[in-house]
Amino acid sequence: MGGDLTSAAVPPAGTEDHSRGEGPQLIVYADLGCPHCAAAWVELSDRAATIVFRHFPVASKHPRSPALHGAAEAAGLQGRFFEMVDSLYGDRGHVDDPHLWARAERLGLDLERFEADRRSEAVAVRVRRDFESGIRAGVTATPALFPA
Amino acid sequence: MIAAGQPAPDFTLRNQDGEKVSLSSFRGRKLLLIFYPLDFSPVCSDQLSIYQEVKPEIEAKGVTMVGISVDSGFAHKAFQEKLGLDTPLLADFEPKGEVARAYGAYIEKVGHANRSLVLVDEEGVVEWAYESPTPLEIPGANLIFDALASPSAR
Repeated sequence: MGGDLTSAAVPPAGTEDHSRGEGPQLIVYADLGCPHCAAAWVELSDRAATIVFRHFPVASKHPRSPALHGAAEAAGLQGRFFEMVDSLYGDRGHVDDPHLWARAERLGLDLERFEADRRSEAVAVRVRRDFESGIRAGVTATPALFPA
Repeated sequence: MIAAGQPAPDFTLRNQDGEKVSLSSFRGRKLLLIFYPLDFSPVCSDQLSIYQEVKPEIEAKGVTMVGISVDSGFAHKAFQEKLGLDTPLLADFEPKGEVARAYGAYIEKVGHANRSLVLVDEEGVVEWAYESPTPLEIPGANLIFDALASPSAR
């Protein structure tokens, strides 16, 4: 953590990114705890576009966000990233740990692995990497959209 | 708006806890003054929240951050708590906007500061100043790191 945060262009989408959909690419920096993002997600999911999701948790504003991003990334390690994102934005009222376990169970995830992964250093680093690329690109509010 | 090379005007304002804070107390360390219009308005909230997320990185470069608006200390306290901020917020309350005026950051017509950043060096001289083109536009945290990395930064 704490690398170079000077200005840099939004990194183009790559194989490591979470992408869903078909059509023109749209990079989205989003906070899973943010109501504006939740509202936008409904519309974004309907668009004829390839949505590239980048983690942008603003923890001071949404204290649960780091845990939610960890949960999404952990679900992604078991092939259910966007399903978890859809779940979290679809119901923003149940986000304590037991609720996250229930969500993971509904997605058919290995709970033990989900727990270990969501709290792991590797997942934190992955989330932070997206966040820092957003800071460098000048993101100051979520959701932040960057068409390709 | 004040410019690089000019001495930073001295001030003494009360923070969110009612304590007096003077510019001179920051000598020996860089200071980033964050002028913003008002507590609790939607755009401001994102600005200070974003800077809070990279506060460790900013402080690691020898910079202390301080926010300034015309709100009272009581409003600042509530604002800090609501947003989970620990950046000190100074009340440019009475005379209203006097410090913002001294830095060229006050908008007389609306009675609050513009959205600007002033980086003061260890000797109290302005090293960099940035004014948002419109109050709706939040200066990204990347601009702060650019200023700190530039060759003119001492």
